[in-house]
Amino acid sequence: MAEDAAEIRQRVEAIYRSDSRRVLATLIRLLGDFELAEEALHDAFAAAADQWARDGMPKNPRAWLVSAGRFKAIDRLRRRARFDASVAELARQYDEVEDGGAGTDESVADDRLRLIFTCCHPALPPDAQIALTLREVCGLTTEEIARAFLVPAPTVAQRIVRAKGKIREARIPYEVPERAALPDRLDIVLHVIYLVFNEGYSASSGASLTRNDLSAEAIRLGRLLAELLPDPEVLGLLALMLLNDSRRVARASPEGDLVLLADQNRSLWDRDEIAEGAALAKKALSSPGFGAYAVQAAIAGVHAHTSDPAATDWTEIAGLYDLLIKADPSPVVELNRAVAIAERDGAEAGLRIIDAILKRGDLAGYHFAHSARAELLRRLGRKAEALTAYERALGIAQQEPERRFLQRRLAELQSQ
Amino acid sequence: MQYLCLVYIDEHVFDEMSEREGKQLVNDALDYDDELRRRSHYVTSAALQPVATATTVRVRNGKVSTTDGPFAETKEHLGGFILIEARDLNEAIKAASGIPMARIGSIEVRPVMQIQRTDLGD
Repeated sequence: MAEDAAEIRQRVEAIYRSDSRRVLATLIRLLGDFELAEEALHDAFAAAADQWARDGMPKNPRAWLVSAGRFKAIDRLRRRARFDASVAELARQYDEVEDGGAGTDESVADDRLRLIFTCCHPALPPDAQIALTLREVCGLTTEEIARAFLVPAPTVAQRIVRAKGKIREARIPYEVPERAALPDRLDIVLHVIYLVFNEGYSASSGASLTRNDLSAEAIRLGRLLAELLPDPEVLGLLALMLLNDSRRVARASPEGDLVLLADQNRSLWDRDEIAEGAALAKKALSSPGFGAYAVQAAIAGVHAHTSDPAATDWTEIAGLYDLLIKADPSPVVELNRAVAIAERDGAEAGLRIIDAILKRGDLAGYHFAHSARAELLRRLGRKAEALTAYERALGIAQQEPERRFLQRRLAELQSQ
Repeated sequence: MQYLCLVYIDEHVFDEMSEREGKQLVNDALDYDDELRRRSHYVTSAALQPVATATTVRVRNGKVSTTDGPFAETKEHLGGFILIEARDLNEAIKAASGIPMARIGSIEVRPVMQIQRTDLGD
């Protein structure tokens, strides 16, 4: 006997929220085309809302939806084929593709991995990788992505259309990379996820310090990847994101001003995220093949387990930075290491390193390099130089809370 | 599906090579052509003479203009090409990454477009 119609509709909506991305991933594999799969997904859920109300819930809703989507797509193609013979051939081909356990957990897991790796293919431009991943894997709308990255919606739409076009025309295959290619390809996926997280964690320009939704989306993506591919760097990235996110509330004052790590109210840190992040970091670091994300997570972990900032174990942190610089010898890591060394050995030691970086020509346009330098100069009593450095940082910083912080520092120093 | 691998190279790199190194590079290139044949990727290929031998031809308003030199003055110029058959872009990228010149130049990998005549009714 058919269940109550309103209840069925609620369950369809719930299944949409929880499973639509997984169904989409499988449909993309079966139909070989993003657009076709998206239309099929829409048709399948429409059919579900209709038929399940009449016939009751199917035993395996996901498999039902995949099947329905596929048949609807073939139907569509047949109708179009009446006007275009080449489409008839396509319809025939799709009909022959076997369902092959679609909807079983194994194929679904592979399909979502396939989708992530395809969206993050190196042949696609980086901003398209981000837009496509957020759209297809996370299910964000074009408008939501546009708002999150402060980019016009038509620009985002165009990036996505072009990316799908390239996938189609250059024939980027829908597959998980082979073993030899996996490390490099995974690096890109992790980089995309981390970019999304950072965009949410510390918005690059504009009034608000964090955009929680993006960080939450990135963490969700990280969890999905950790479930499907528990590589130590995947665990390391998820750990890092959780540990950073645990400080989200404490990072901004009620007025939206920046609060430095040393000044944060540590009772506001999310203990659950810290526990989860620390456990993942530990697991990552104890596996062979851990890299930069795992070490960064370890550093975040040291802070997370320190209740009194004055008691921070800077020796351990500096040691971890020595490890990090081997995994990721970038100027930004050098800078962060310099800050840790300043804490451990004194301002002079840290300043020497930062000056060397800037003298090389690196990080000239990175406001944090100048503000870190300014802080060390301030500690050494070199007031005039500190003021110049803060002004330099202010000239570069774009985000309001960071600008206000630098202005306050400048004002404090000037009044001394 | 066919992909054209365009091999771009800064010729100054050759100036810095010894004669033996240059000849080794040619041997490696020909060996790789054979490897592509073995893997059923190879369609055709050619190395090109240095960019100084290039001539550019344009026809505008019915007038043929011929100029000395390549189409564009760039740091890296076209040095050769390999036309390959591959299942998809990943396979094409894998084939292209084995091209010896990829170590010192850049390989542009572009899918070939199938074109057809259209009856325009005139």
